[in-house]
Amino acid sequence: MEYLSNPYFMLALTFAVYAISQLLQSRLHFSFLNPILISAIMIIAYLKFTDVSIECYNDGGKYIEFWLKPAIVALGVPLYKQLSAIKKQLLPLLLSELAGCVVGIVSVVLVARLLGATQDVVMSLAAKSVTTPIAMEVTKSVGGIPPLTAAVVVCVGIFGGMTGFRVMKMTHIGNPVAQGLSLGTAAHAVGTSRAMDVSDTHGAFASLGLTINGLFTALLTPTVLSLLD
Amino acid sequence: MVIQCAIIFGCLALGELVVWLTGIKLPSSIIGMLILTLLLQLKAVKLRQVEGMANFLVKNFGFFFVPAAVSLMLYFDIIKAQWLPIVVASAVSTVIVIVVTGWIHQLTRKYL
Repeated sequence: MEYLSNPYFMLALTFAVYAISQLLQSRLHFSFLNPILISAIMIIAYLKFTDVSIECYNDGGKYIEFWLKPAIVALGVPLYKQLSAIKKQLLPLLLSELAGCVVGIVSVVLVARLLGATQDVVMSLAAKSVTTPIAMEVTKSVGGIPPLTAAVVVCVGIFGGMTGFRVMKMTHIGNPVAQGLSLGTAAHAVGTSRAMDVSDTHGAFASLGLTINGLFTALLTPTVLSLLD
Repeated sequence: MVIQCAIIFGCLALGELVVWLTGIKLPSSIIGMLILTLLLQLKAVKLRQVEGMANFLVKNFGFFFVPAAVSLMLYFDIIKAQWLPIVVASAVSTVIVIVVTGWIHQLTRKYL
């Protein structure tokens, strides 16, 4: 059954599974039914069941992943639309981003160490809040395992997207700008896509959070880590 | 649509060029995003020349992550060995980042 690993079939399967996941989520309104997570689980189950390798899957999957980079570039559009709002509150934005970035690195490193993670795993977690390409670059430079970072980053994004609005409701973060910013800062592009679902303002500030935290994390992680040692 | 793709991929290519020329440790896509924002601000690119394609890409962002999420299965053994610190540290830290970023932003916009 060579057809089971045909790249076009893999693409069709991914589209179909994602469409079903979206339908499930919109019908059932369960935030843990994240379409990315549900699709990945269904595809992993398919690969295990048919004994098709992940390499075969990626023959089709790479054409989907390819669009991540242009999609990040496209975030420049919502960012541009909010430029005047950004200029008006530049200082609050920079301060909250700086705090979010440093607190994110310090907390993940301390908790992981406390629970007995090995040094290479701890280093792989430091950049977990930011978008995959930046996170992997940072992990490489601090001596972690980049593929593990990629996996953790996706999970953090899904987790942040799923729980974000509930956490913010409980902690009285109600301002749309603050909500978008928090989601983008903590959960990169997945949080941003969740924010896009709510409103353009949420989406724009989420992409801003993703960008600034990405820049800060790339610049500050090595220094913050050396201070923690 | 062709012009829209040309602009978006043009910005990405410029981002790649910046990385290649300077060796800067930032992804080309983030630099490309900043270039696109700058071009829009300078009116070198008009909003309607990119908006359709950009909206399509941004609205379907989640879908492009599916293959990366599937690749998780490659790291099941490392994750299995150290799942507790990985899961707890990531989850706790993510909640902390959301709360700290949101609170500081709400406080500073009120008092600054």
